[in-house]
Amino acid sequence: MIVDFTLITDSIPKMLMGIGLTVELMIVSAVLGTVLAIVLLLMRISGLWYLVWPSVSYIYVFRGTPILVQIFIIYYGLPQFEVIRDSIFWPILREPYGCAVVALSLNTGAYVSEILRGGILGVDRGLGEAGAALGLSVRQRFIHITTPIAIRLAIPAYSNDIVSLMKSTALASTITLLDMMGIARTIVAETFAPYEVFISLAVIYIIMTFFIQKGFGRFEKHMSRYLKKEA
Amino acid sequence: MTENGQQPVIVLENVDKHFGDFQALKNINLTVNRGERLVVCGPSGSGKSTMIRCINRLEEHDGGRIFVNGKELTGDVKDIDAVRREVGMVFQSFNLFPHLTVVKNLMLAPKLVRKAGKAEARETAMRFLERVRIPEQADKYPAQLSGGQQQRVAIARALCMNPEVMLFDEPTSALDPEMISEVLDVMVDLAKDGMTMICVTHEMGFARSVADQILFMDAGEIVEMGPPKTFFDQPKNERTKLFLSQIIQH
Ligand SMILES: Nc1ncnc2c1ncn2[C@@H]1O[C@H](COP(=O)(O)OP(=O)(O)OP(=O)(O)O)[C@@H](O)[C@H]1O
Ligand SMILES: [Mg+2]
Repeated sequence: MIVDFTLITDSIPKMLMGIGLTVELMIVSAVLGTVLAIVLLLMRISGLWYLVWPSVSYIYVFRGTPILVQIFIIYYGLPQFEVIRDSIFWPILREPYGCAVVALSLNTGAYVSEILRGGILGVDRGLGEAGAALGLSVRQRFIHITTPIAIRLAIPAYSNDIVSLMKSTALASTITLLDMMGIARTIVAETFAPYEVFISLAVIYIIMTFFIQKGFGRFEKHMSRYLKKEA
Repeated sequence: MTENGQQPVIVLENVDKHFGDFQALKNINLTVNRGERLVVCGPSGSGKSTMIRCINRLEEHDGGRIFVNGKELTGDVKDIDAVRREVGMVFQSFNLFPHLTVVKNLMLAPKLVRKAGKAEARETAMRFLERVRIPEQADKYPAQLSGGQQQRVAIARALCMNPEVMLFDEPTSALDPEMISEVLDVMVDLAKDGMTMICVTHEMGFARSVADQILFMDAGEIVEMGPPKTFFDQPKNERTKLFLSQIIQH
């Protein structure tokens, strides 16, 4: 086959018009998802069965089902219910954008919660004991000892998850949003040239992945500065 | 509870501790008076750590009673916190907070627990860093220090809370041989200043020169206890004799 270079040079700028939406979906969902993750985590480690149980079930369901299914349930499924349409959430769930953000955030929350829990479990038990022996309360130990160390331990996995989230934003195109993927699909529908368009799109996503990883790499380095042997 | 003018700081009465079906402590009875130095030794798994960890409730005893400064250790969080403020602990693995500089390791508990101001906490911290002879390391992170220095920081960190009693759980056994003496020197200083101490250690030279009493544990029981001279020169129990012969061969 012959590669149509003019098509590539024409379609890249068009797809880049959707990068704002892609990035916005990623950032908004990352922030909301992380907040949700913290709530789920606190429930999970509370030791109170009526908080632990809902948190564990939630995480199990959202990690155990495809995100595309979650998006479709929220976008096509929820509006079927009268209660939803009458609720305060309707202005959000009526819009495809709102649905995409809600689905991506709910999904990210489940994954990130487990990542943060992994960080907490990775903190040396002896440090908590040292804090206890000094008379720090459970809460003080959690805030001043466990959390800062757990964050550092969780960064690499968190970074991977944000990359996943960034890639998942492409699914928003299935509910009519014109993110980069949505625009690419429109171009393909007009030009019947999936090869050129999607390869170019893949390259854009790879570049974004590169920068996300780079950014988190720096953050991790900053958070790990105290582990270096030399000052 | 004063007999011949001595004030008991730590009292264990018939203390038992189980891990599942396994009994780690069997009917431990022990009194440590103010200013007294007790060295605890015994084979691995004999319950030495478990016993001293029960004293500040890092482990929960399940039989008998424990009193610290007259206050009984119960499940009550208030009592536990009160006891922990009186009892400093030094661990085999230092357990310094890696994300805080040395001086901040020392300031954390005084600020959070004693509600000391920042300047006051720093001043106390520097005083104790001088006492363990490493004030110049104040702004380094623990990872930048040698093992011996880290353990001295850990001792200073416990002292900043102004404890009534210090517990040491094999403070030198994770150290390279050339660093052991710098830590022992600090502990000897503390003893000279009259600190009440319970030290789990196999440093028999230290035990001989510093301890008022040496306690030998085996299989969760106190087998023998006495002043160093009697303990080393005329051990009564066969298990103690065997243990001492093994230790001294090393
Ligand atoms: N958290 C725990 N769960 C189950 N068993 C435990 C636990 N902690 C200690 N034990 C058991 O209790 C016994 C006493 O342990 P302890 O750590 O007090 O011994 P030790 O005298 O300090 O030994 P070492 O010289 O090796 O430090 C051991 O048999 C140990 O396996
Ligand atoms: Mg031990």
